[in-house]
Amino acid sequence: MTDELQRLARLTRLGGMSRRDFLGRASALGIGAVAANGLLAGVARAQPVQGGVLKMGLGGGESTNSLDPAAALSQVPFHFTRCFGETLVDVNADGSLDYRLAEAVEPGADAKTWVFRIRKGVEFHDGKTLTPDDVLATMRRHSDENTKSGALGVMQGIADMRVDGDNFIIESTTANADLPYLMSTYQLAIQPNGGMDDPAAGIGTGAYRVTANEPGVRHVFEKFANYWDDSRGHFEGVEMVVINDATARNAALQSGQVHIINKVDPKVAALLSRAPGLQVKRVAGRGHNVFVMHCDTAPFDNADLRMALKLAVNREEMVEKILQGYGTVGNDIPINAAYPLFDADLPQRVYDPEQAAEFYKKSGHDGTPIVLRTAEAAFPGAVDAAQLFQQSAAAAGIPIEIKREPDDGYWSEVWNKQPFCASYWSGRPVQDQMYSTGYLSTADWNDTRFNNAEFDRLLVEARGELDQDKRKQLYSQMAMILRDDGGLILPMFNDFVEGVRDDVQGWEENGVLELMNGLSPSKCWFA
Amino acid sequence: MNPLILKILAQRVALSLLLLFLVSILIFLGTQILPGDVAQSILGRSATPQALENLRQELGLNQPAHTRYLNWLGGVLRGDLGTSLTNGRDIAQAIGQRLGNTLFLAGCAAIIAVPLAIFLGLISVLYRNRWPDKLISGLSLAAISVPEFLIGYVLMFYFGVMLGWAPSVSMVTEGMPFLARLQAIALPVAVLVLVVLAHMMRMTRAAILNVMQSAYIETAELKGLGMFRIIWRHAFPNAIAPVVNVVMLNLAYLVVGVVVVEVVFVYPGMGQFLVDHVAKRDVPVVQACGLIFASVYILLNMVADIVAIIANPRLRHPK
Repeated sequence: MTDELQRLARLTRLGGMSRRDFLGRASALGIGAVAANGLLAGVARAQPVQGGVLKMGLGGGESTNSLDPAAALSQVPFHFTRCFGETLVDVNADGSLDYRLAEAVEPGADAKTWVFRIRKGVEFHDGKTLTPDDVLATMRRHSDENTKSGALGVMQGIADMRVDGDNFIIESTTANADLPYLMSTYQLAIQPNGGMDDPAAGIGTGAYRVTANEPGVRHVFEKFANYWDDSRGHFEGVEMVVINDATARNAALQSGQVHIINKVDPKVAALLSRAPGLQVKRVAGRGHNVFVMHCDTAPFDNADLRMALKLAVNREEMVEKILQGYGTVGNDIPINAAYPLFDADLPQRVYDPEQAAEFYKKSGHDGTPIVLRTAEAAFPGAVDAAQLFQQSAAAAGIPIEIKREPDDGYWSEVWNKQPFCASYWSGRPVQDQMYSTGYLSTADWNDTRFNNAEFDRLLVEARGELDQDKRKQLYSQMAMILRDDGGLILPMFNDFVEGVRDDVQGWEENGVLELMNGLSPSKCWFA
Repeated sequence: MNPLILKILAQRVALSLLLLFLVSILIFLGTQILPGDVAQSILGRSATPQALENLRQELGLNQPAHTRYLNWLGGVLRGDLGTSLTNGRDIAQAIGQRLGNTLFLAGCAAIIAVPLAIFLGLISVLYRNRWPDKLISGLSLAAISVPEFLIGYVLMFYFGVMLGWAPSVSMVTEGMPFLARLQAIALPVAVLVLVVLAHMMRMTRAAILNVMQSAYIETAELKGLGMFRIIWRHAFPNAIAPVVNVVMLNLAYLVVGVVVVEVVFVYPGMGQFLVDHVAKRDVPVVQACGLIFASVYILLNMVADIVAIIANPRLRHPK
């Protein structure tokens, strides 16, 4: 049945079916769980009430933040970019596309060319009207080789872009059936003239207009009166308060000073949910905590040693002790059931000290302790997780030495430099993007130095494959290669844990990114 | 005022300026040896090598260090602190707002803490080794021994969450009415008062007790003066130098050392501002903050020294 839904979603995306038709068909299929939530929310929701100021207490903001969408990397810039800006398309909770500034997307015959029909009658906050040229300029700014944009990576496979009447056309270097998904990257919010004139002006087409910008302190917005979509933006204003301290965030939510908080510490989630007037939401996401080995560096260039270490992780224990149960076990591939075309029949790797000991012996490692670098910055609980790993590996006779690194400079000095360290990934909308970003042999962030010609070949083949069954099979083969041969140890996928006060209505589960994929100000309202 | 005092004062001010200059070199050197690459820190974990190279070019990180120091110093002397590398905002403007907030919080805490500490110190001397003295010492030492973030959380839980008397998020904004501001910062002020009280109180007590051993205090006692009058009129003025020193040290702490309290109460002060920019290696901002903090320290210590010089009767009335 999920296959059927995905087939429909794919059909919708390829333009063979309208979104409304798709919703109707999907409901008729009686899809349960996440998908149904996303669908029902669109069909049978209560009438939204207008007004009020939504206050959000958000961790992950710094005094160094800028309103330039190209510079957005941490959580608070993600949220304010989503608040004042919009992308061509969004990804729904069920993995389907939501057409925003592009009202339709159609592929050329070979999936190399993609045509985005740009919506008419959309106004920027400075009074200008959105044109396809603004879209082109935005994409140019993010793909220019001199750009500092965090979206440069997703723009790299693009050969040419042009405007034709109401259409914005992208030519990809290779066939890419998932290309429309790349346009949902939040940094690619459309700006007037692409933000070439003043990138940090905070002008977009979103439901809310920036009224105060105090980086690291707060960001204030008011409803944009001429917003094009009546079904969104029910608040009079939105105020995002930067609260980086987890306890202070909880207190602000409990005392009602804010209505929504992100990043609830799993350790206190159960306690917080007992407080009156609020709910703790748990949304399965795509983010995952990992240990990465460089496949080209001794001793990790030995496939048997890699396998020994993979078998020496007690995944269940990590989910229970590091995530307090707010997560699911991983299978040494960066893909889980949240992704379209995920193969649920892949064998699950389990903790097996005896087999790990065998592989360790077979690898012929000389018995010197294997150095694992970790820091709290890698992911919350990374130091504890390394210790659990050390203990479960010791039971298999594999000595691991933990080297604790300072948080400061971890991403520049340790990650992607040292051969074995803790890290995290926040996931991508589709499998192709995840694999292309981190596991293709030529990827900039190939942090496991994984170099497998067969894997690379399958990735390119799957990218251009429009037959979904074949595509799923290709992804399944790739998953097995990475799972058994890769340098990735992926013990757990973490859930988003978030706090919402009871008077906030219209909450939806969307695990693409945190807090409803950044759309809570646009889609919620006060009771 | 006699020329001797003026000379000493002039020397003291000149020394402070020299010190500030040396500190500026240290700050510059310090920011140069921070590990990691500025471009990498700005763009973070998701930076591509291409984006990194582009940013490095743009920031002019390839000039030699002494050229960059002289450029920076020249700018500072002209009052130009430059623009932030990370978000392109004018540093003087961004710091101005944050510094104002920090001084407001420190000022409010000091207005309560300093008189209270001195008053409690006097009371302690008056009732020395009796229960009021022990109670005051016990409570204030307990307050200073508990980590300030814990006091913060406890006050936040009881007065912010349970009773709802004061907001747990001490957000102050431009154009906020004065009374609303005061209410917003009630909890952080309370924490800061508790944290700095003991130090000043104990020093007042010790300094006055020291003076109380003197023969002229005995004379005053024998003359039949009341105990509080003796302490306030005769002992305290002679104990003022060490007390002022400790008060100034605590004031400096209130300005430069309260980042933990700022974070816990989400107060937009200088501390978090500096930490954020250090994390991103936004060197011009870090240097500007460092220089301001150093100036505050040097200025307050200079004031303490000057007060001590003026308060010294041997200097005021030379033979």
